[in-house]
Amino acid sequence: MSWNSWEEFWDMGGYAFFVWGSYGVVFAGVALELWLAVRRRSAVLNGLRSHREDAYAEDAP
Amino acid sequence: MEHLRIRWFQWAAPQSFYPLAGRLWPWFAALAAVLALAGLYLGFFVAPTDFQQGEGYRIIFVHVPASWMSMVIYLAMAFWAFLGFTFNTRISGMMTQALAPTGAMFTFLSLWTGALWGKPMWGTWWVWDARLTSELILFFLYMGYIALTSAIDDPRRADRAGGLLALVGAVNVPIIYFSVKWWNTLHQGASVSLTKSPSMAAVMLWAMLVMTLAFWAYAVGMAFYRVRQTILEREQDAAWVGELKEIAP
Repeated sequence: MSWNSWEEFWDMGGYAFFVWGSYGVVFAGVALELWLAVRRRSAVLNGLRSHREDAYAEDAP
Repeated sequence: MEHLRIRWFQWAAPQSFYPLAGRLWPWFAALAAVLALAGLYLGFFVAPTDFQQGEGYRIIFVHVPASWMSMVIYLAMAFWAFLGFTFNTRISGMMTQALAPTGAMFTFLSLWTGALWGKPMWGTWWVWDARLTSELILFFLYMGYIALTSAIDDPRRADRAGGLLALVGAVNVPIIYFSVKWWNTLHQGASVSLTKSPSMAAVMLWAMLVMTLAFWAYAVGMAFYRVRQTILEREQDAAWVGELKEIAP
């Protein structure tokens, strides 16, 4: 363990901007990708539901 | 053998790959989360301060795994593209497409974290050396693949055009990997290689490997999650899609 306090941990030996800038963007990138993927799934499922309903409507006499 | 082959091709049908991917992705997601927590703990609380770079070196625990995954995912895309050209299975092109956004993201993260590491250690965000330039080309290959496949309306033609780009572009991956040997680069040589013992403390190496496995599990889980939507879009008129409980009105 290299840290004696949380202040020291967040300071990263003076490299805080570079270390947290790296980890922050990794976290943001993963979060964005997850959000986009979940959003696409619900969009595709919604699209399929209305596509199916249209198909049934055409089949009806 | 014959039995095994039949099984493989059976899984390659979209109808059976859809539920398989649906069963698999939660496991990979859970694995990625556990490994990432373990890797971050090792990297921030167990690994010692570096004698040269102080605490700034801790960028390594995301930079190297992201860079490795950027190359591994491109090779995986080339592998699926090769399967697609060889066996003409429909799922191959969909898997190539499902991997591309995650690969592009890891390539971007590799470049970004590299810039944030280069500034304090080298004094510059960016140099046009062989390693950095070939990684940037990899990013453009991912972007080119995504743009190309989304610009072609016919999915089978998009798969073929994209697959060709994935296969040809794979030449760039060994160039990235060996660039630090073949050319004089500002970027350092490999700290970890298959032929000699690693030039770093064991716990640092472990943290890096655990983070790499976490990113790998994330990429696999993400590809399985994403490919299901591509399957649904392409098979929207198939009877089995209509029977799925998730689209019941």
